[in-house]
Amino acid sequence: MTGYLLHGDVSVGDTPPPLGVDVTATTVVLGALASRDWRPMHHDKNFAVERNGTQDIFLNTPNQAAWFERYVTDWTGPTGRLGRMTFRMNTSVFPGDHMVFDATVTGTHVDAVGCGWVELDVALMVGDVATTTCAVQVALPIDDDDNPWNRRGDSWHPDSKGDN
Amino acid sequence: MSGSPTTDLAAIPTFVLDKVGQVQYEEDGGFPVEHGYIWNTCAATENGNPLFWDEAVADELTDGPIAPPTMLSVWFRPHHWSPGRTEPAVPLQAHFDLKDDLDLPEAIISSNTITFHDPVRIGDRIRSRQVLRSVSDPKTTKLGRGRFWVIDVEYLNQDDALVGVESYTAFGYRRETR
Repeated sequence: MTGYLLHGDVSVGDTPPPLGVDVTATTVVLGALASRDWRPMHHDKNFAVERNGTQDIFLNTPNQAAWFERYVTDWTGPTGRLGRMTFRMNTSVFPGDHMVFDATVTGTHVDAVGCGWVELDVALMVGDVATTTCAVQVALPIDDDDNPWNRRGDSWHPDSKGDN
Repeated sequence: MSGSPTTDLAAIPTFVLDKVGQVQYEEDGGFPVEHGYIWNTCAATENGNPLFWDEAVADELTDGPIAPPTMLSVWFRPHHWSPGRTEPAVPLQAHFDLKDDLDLPEAIISSNTITFHDPVRIGDRIRSRQVLRSVSDPKTTKLGRGRFWVIDVEYLNQDDALVGVESYTAFGYRRETR
């Protein structure tokens, strides 16, 4: 598989292109239902305001994860294989917000079984506020003959950590 | 983790402390992994990754269609209603148990780590099991007074292969009275 991002193409400090999305009530409800999250704070504004004390319905966590995945794999292409994601939710994302995903590469390493890893700090920004941050570890092909998706069992270590 | 008494929150009951490290709520997903939900999720996030839309790409890279890795929790979330059930089922039951057991009526998930193992494929039957890892001392945040807890959810397929682990850190709290 050729033409996609390779591990050697990436350096610490690289910044994948940002992604901007206007959030509507449909964005929130569609995402909640697609992730089978039926809880009312993601589709019932009265419930969200009166019970959760928030200003409106808000993006649910599993759907935010899907947005982060989309952002990262837009950059890597389909040969990028997620290993680990750590989310920290600081505040909520509401209809009317313009959310922007941006990221910085914080590390790269090749693990003991030859899998090439890239670490990124990704932020979901609304205005100047990082509403959610996500530390991502994603595997990229070492060369055109490598495919991280072929790794199984002892050849796949999503908890692998680099020195940088 | 601590069960030390405080002036404003009750001590952690012994039966809660006994759950730490124990497997709870082993359950099967209610339905096999299906392509419709994958497309719903991709549509909801405008995700054009050809792995999920182009069979030729999926065949070449992943030996056939797979689900987006971040959909892990989707496959065990219960239906909103099913015949014969009188109470609404909730995912992450161990989390809701803690809200009740610690008398903390509100809760948020403050952080969440997902580790991805074998890909989830169309037709897989995913099962999950929950493990309470820790409960904190009382803390005060801008939301109110409460406790943090950590719950791991492990996901396995029908062949007992690990497909992922989600580790949730939650904050259960009482809203500040004004």
